[in-house]
Amino acid sequence: MKKILQNKATRSNYITYGGVILAFILLQGLSAANALSSSLKGQLVPICAYVVMALSLNLTVGVLGELSLGHAGFMSVGAFAGAVAASAMTESVAAEPIRLAIAMVIGAVFAGVAGVLIGIPVLRLNGDYLAIVTLAFGEIIKSIINNLYIGIDVNGLHASFLNNNITFAEGGRMILSGPMGIPGIQKISTFTAGFILIMITLIVIFNLVNSRSGRAIMALRDNRIAAESVGIPVTKYKMMAFVTSAALAGAAGALFSLGQNTIIASKFDFNTSILILVFVVLGGQGRMWGSIIAAAALTVLPEMLREFADYRMLIYAIVLIVVMLFTNSAGAKQFISKVKSIFMRDIEGGEQNG
Amino acid sequence: MLTFLNHLINGISLGSVYAIIALGYTMVYGIAKMLNFAHGDVIMVGAYVCFFAVSSFGLPPVLGVLLAMLVCTILGMTIERLAYKPLRQAPSLAVLITAIGVSYFLQNSAQLLWGSNQKMFPAFLSGDGISLFRGQINISTVTVVTIIACVIIMLVLTFFTNKTKMGKAMRACSEDKGAAQLMGINVNSTISMTFAIGSALAAIAGVLLCSAYPTLIPTTGSMPGIKAFTAAVFGGIGSIPGAMLGGILLGIIEIFAKAYISTQVSDAIVFAVLIIVLLVKPSGLLGKPIREKV
Repeated sequence: MKKILQNKATRSNYITYGGVILAFILLQGLSAANALSSSLKGQLVPICAYVVMALSLNLTVGVLGELSLGHAGFMSVGAFAGAVAASAMTESVAAEPIRLAIAMVIGAVFAGVAGVLIGIPVLRLNGDYLAIVTLAFGEIIKSIINNLYIGIDVNGLHASFLNNNITFAEGGRMILSGPMGIPGIQKISTFTAGFILIMITLIVIFNLVNSRSGRAIMALRDNRIAAESVGIPVTKYKMMAFVTSAALAGAAGALFSLGQNTIIASKFDFNTSILILVFVVLGGQGRMWGSIIAAAALTVLPEMLREFADYRMLIYAIVLIVVMLFTNSAGAKQFISKVKSIFMRDIEGGEQNG
Repeated sequence: MLTFLNHLINGISLGSVYAIIALGYTMVYGIAKMLNFAHGDVIMVGAYVCFFAVSSFGLPPVLGVLLAMLVCTILGMTIERLAYKPLRQAPSLAVLITAIGVSYFLQNSAQLLWGSNQKMFPAFLSGDGISLFRGQINISTVTVVTIIACVIIMLVLTFFTNKTKMGKAMRACSEDKGAAQLMGINVNSTISMTFAIGSALAAIAGVLLCSAYPTLIPTTGSMPGIKAFTAAVFGGIGSIPGAMLGGILLGIIEIFAKAYISTQVSDAIVFAVLIIVLLVKPSGLLGKPIREKV
């Protein structure tokens, strides 16, 4: 055990698990004691969904090192697949947690399949070209779902594209009606389910990163040509990271949609992809705990700024720019290291005196 | 056949606007190697300035356009100086997020300053336009002006980058900043100049865009911005003729997709074409293939 804890990465992973569990217990306690405002309570499920989104995007951006601007597309696929599945199973699966779990698995599978389909062409490209193609796929997914009609009757699911020409047997009903989205979703997502999904995501990502495959993926990130020349199959490992990331995003999408009354396809647009990317970059690429904190804080922040009403998005923008400038510019770096050296000198001096 | 021609002309017109915006993206990318996501919002600012100059202060349209260009140029240079210059050495993702921050900032400032209600852009480019085939095809003045403006801008820019000293400095900087600096080129002022030109073009694009589609809201610039960015990549990002070609082709594809396939999925078709092109030619239509070194 001692040996395991000496490994820095492993220690950091256990701290992350512990932090999430602590936060969950704390929030559950506060919630039970009615110490949470109702708006924050309503935010708990979306926060979990965004945390999982940030973690899964961090796998693509931080670990695989490819910029994706269409991550909301996978969330969308998962959200709609999960919500349709949950709606179709309303009668057949009575227990809500089981229905939610099945919906999340279905969301993950659909998003994973979308990940494979998109990954095949996308992963042949590099750098900014890859980024623009993921953006394009995100927009295509939005367009397709915006024109998709799905209904259910005794014979099963019916779907049509572009125009709603579904004819039902008796007792049939529409689930997804194109640009109107899915109205009247039964809210079955719970904070506990969100917590479990975050833990599963962390376990999947940490185990992937610390495995032989994970090291291959990171080698590709650090130097693709060198990695290729020592015999690492590029496409296979890129695919592995990309599809895992997509599937996790799908599960997060299902969690998100089943905590909302209504979902529409245009909710999951380019801006949502960017929002999640901001979580990842502010939290630190490749740092999972950073993504968790950034996602949670930045989902709550606009709510906290509510008293500034109209100015809150402006403040958000300024905070974003200032943080980026402060953490990345050469001048600020010098300043930080100067402060650090003064601070360190004090400590050392103190030790010598003591 | 005549409807086909009509769609083609509309496509070229829309494509010309995309091309002018894409020029801004591609020049900035070529020299600063960054995706300037705030470019679309500079378009919006240009359109608002022109709108207020013409409809509130009663300036003649030409002065309105010039004023919009002036404001956008200053805005572009200020953004570069305050937000992007400190990040020259930073990882590209940090610069990207900063650009997105600037984009949010511009959109929300516009909303606070000018309200979120849509404004109707004045139709100062009205008039009869051109009639062809005994009136079977009508080309509006906006279309004619847009296409002419696009052609003039392309000619001027090509001349500028190939013949003038500043243009040569820009090309040198985009090839190799270090070497350019050693040759006595002031890299900072060259980059600043690129932003100035790109933003002035954005102002023109904003006015042309709003003359064709006259509703003006604080998010007017974002979708054309994304499309123009796509166009720049389509033509090969960093290449000026590529941005022109990409923009015009994208406009034509979009109008044809709307006319012959479906209005609802026209965006999806545009993006699908982009993906197919990039799969066949991974560096865009006119882009130079990047040689990788170990």
